[in-house]
Amino acid sequence: MSLANTSLLQLLTSYMSAILNTAEKPPVTPKPAVGIKHPSGDKRFKILEVHMKKLQFKQDALIEVLHKAQELFGYLEDDVLLFVSHHLKLPPSRVYGVATFYHFFTLKPQGEHTCVVCMGTACYVKGADKVVAALEKFAKIKPGETTADNKLSLLTARCIGACGIAPAVTYDGQVAAKQSPDDAIAKVKSWM
Amino acid sequence: MQIEDLNAIAEKHIASRKKIIVRTCMSAGCMSSRADAIKANLEKAVIEQQLDADVEVRRVGCMGFCGQGPLVGIDGVKEKEILFEHIKPEDAEAIIASLKGMQTNLEIGDPDHPFFAKQTKIVRANGGIIDPEKIEDYIAVGGYEALHNALTEMQPAQVVDEVTKSGLRGRGGAGFPTGLKWGTVAKSPGAKKYIICNGDEGDPGAFMDRSVLESDPHLVLEGMAIAAYAVGSDQGFLYVRAEYPLAISRLQIAIKQAKALGLLGSGIFETPFNFNVDIRIGAGAFVCGEETALMMSVEGKRGTPRPRPPFPAESGLFGCPTLINNVESFANITAIIKKGGDWYAGIGTEKSKGTKVFALTGKIKNTGLIEVPMGIPLRQIVMEMGGGAPDGRQVKSVQTGGPSGGCIPAEFLDTPVDYESLMKLGSIMGSGGMVVMDDTTNMVEIAKFYMEFCKDESCGKCIPCRAGTTQMENLLNKIIARQATRRDLAKLEELCDMVKNTSLCGLGQTAPNPVLSTLKYFRNEYEELLQPDTFGPGVTAMK
Repeated sequence: MSLANTSLLQLLTSYMSAILNTAEKPPVTPKPAVGIKHPSGDKRFKILEVHMKKLQFKQDALIEVLHKAQELFGYLEDDVLLFVSHHLKLPPSRVYGVATFYHFFTLKPQGEHTCVVCMGTACYVKGADKVVAALEKFAKIKPGETTADNKLSLLTARCIGACGIAPAVTYDGQVAAKQSPDDAIAKVKSWM
Repeated sequence: MQIEDLNAIAEKHIASRKKIIVRTCMSAGCMSSRADAIKANLEKAVIEQQLDADVEVRRVGCMGFCGQGPLVGIDGVKEKEILFEHIKPEDAEAIIASLKGMQTNLEIGDPDHPFFAKQTKIVRANGGIIDPEKIEDYIAVGGYEALHNALTEMQPAQVVDEVTKSGLRGRGGAGFPTGLKWGTVAKSPGAKKYIICNGDEGDPGAFMDRSVLESDPHLVLEGMAIAAYAVGSDQGFLYVRAEYPLAISRLQIAIKQAKALGLLGSGIFETPFNFNVDIRIGAGAFVCGEETALMMSVEGKRGTPRPRPPFPAESGLFGCPTLINNVESFANITAIIKKGGDWYAGIGTEKSKGTKVFALTGKIKNTGLIEVPMGIPLRQIVMEMGGGAPDGRQVKSVQTGGPSGGCIPAEFLDTPVDYESLMKLGSIMGSGGMVVMDDTTNMVEIAKFYMEFCKDESCGKCIPCRAGTTQMENLLNKIIARQATRRDLAKLEELCDMVKNTSLCGLGQTAPNPVLSTLKYFRNEYEELLQPDTFGPGVTAMK
């Protein structure tokens, strides 16, 4: 009787420990839980997590979180999107869907310098298309692309609201007024 | 916070002012021409020339005359302000020296120029006058008084009545009566209601809302708070484009300051009224200017529109009744509450009341922001205020309403600017972008430019818009490449009609407008590019 009891107990204990062991192991599909560290040990993930915590991991804050992520990493790679998806408990499809819907988010790494030509109507009628054409010819890339040496990304914007000083070009975040094709090339040349 | 405290802040602030005020325009346009360095140099020069007892250098928002920027205005020396134009950081010393009577060679603007003289300022009254980063400056010009009056002397229904009486119509472009919208939200049952301020100014060629947010952020916050009281809401969202970082940072400062003084938050002016505002940053999608798409974006989703009804007033953000108004609509509210709906209704035309801010850009001498009474003839804006086309060219057409609007040819320049008249010409009021084109502009290229924009910005939810805009762009490219025939043009017109009538939201419904209006007025430019019809074997010509 007692023997049988012992063996039952042993069996139970081994079962229990087996269950406990599996629970301790990292789950195959990452659990949507707070506090998952990113295996790379990159500190930026920690900063992003703190930011999400500040927003109380609210699902409707997804766009704010992606803004922060892009600010930290420069672009949104799959790893970052998955990290956000786990923490906000949103399906990856939803996070990816939002990241690809909005023009402001980029899923490709940018070059060392960015040159954004405004293509709003006011800039367009004042010759922004000629600025883009000149830059395309000079850097041998199309808008949305980065040069092979990773120095320059050429982008176009819908309208940056600087219509009074058209055509406007944003060099590394600084808006410059009334740019001619020569102005733009001179500025970009100084980066190369 | 009570009204006495508010008055005390205003009095203290006015008393601390110095005799001469040097105002430096620090909005996005002038900032790109190193306005921050100009301000720093001006401050340095004031100290160096030992004028700091009498002179203060003030950061202000947009002064309006962006094409002449960077601008520096001086009050307190002459009767009228002195306006320095095209200033560089190294000119700072000369400007300060001129206060002591020294001669300068700097460019001085004329304050009586029609660009300024023909304006009636309500929304932009404080733009270029107050420091947008100091709440005391706003309080000193009577800020937050309207909110106090509404909360303590008026019932919510009275506020709605006053807005209805003013005849204010939505400044986002469609022109829906604001009072009617407020009344609907106020009557909608629901414990939780939301206020949304639409600052997703996506029209290329428009920057009115950016300038209001950058120059006078408290005006918008106060308007939102009054709206919240009127409809019974306690939470607002301000949706701003990510392309406007300066506007976002000034709004953040403004919200923080208003909260610190108890002008936002709980128990405002010691009444049971609570109101909080959160900023939501857009991420670059033109379609998010559409109200249902904007709400999706506030909820952190893809900004795709949905069919209406249900209208946001009944079921909007998170399924609750929601009031959505444009930045400029909210910016009109304080003036309406302070001076009364009847006063506001006295400005403008029979059906379009009040003033409208326009961004005057393109091939025109004087570019910048203007605020004019509704009903002003287009000619006065373009030829007198704007000074006509530069380099001796002729004005060919004026584009209003961005990608949803149309091109108005020069022969219709005498049209009064109001919602109905512009609609009659096949254009719309829109949010206020006014791009002037001269006789060197190719109208087919302009139509293609807008179509390309709409194609890029189509959210892809409904097929007429997604596929239609792409096909229309292909046809326009074919015409420009001189490969199209009359049949292609007929197909383009047919597609315009189809996309206009079958798209889900405003973006698709109005996407053909630039093509339709250029076809209406500049058809010859299309026809010149057409090739004779060629028919394969067995095909006969259409009759």
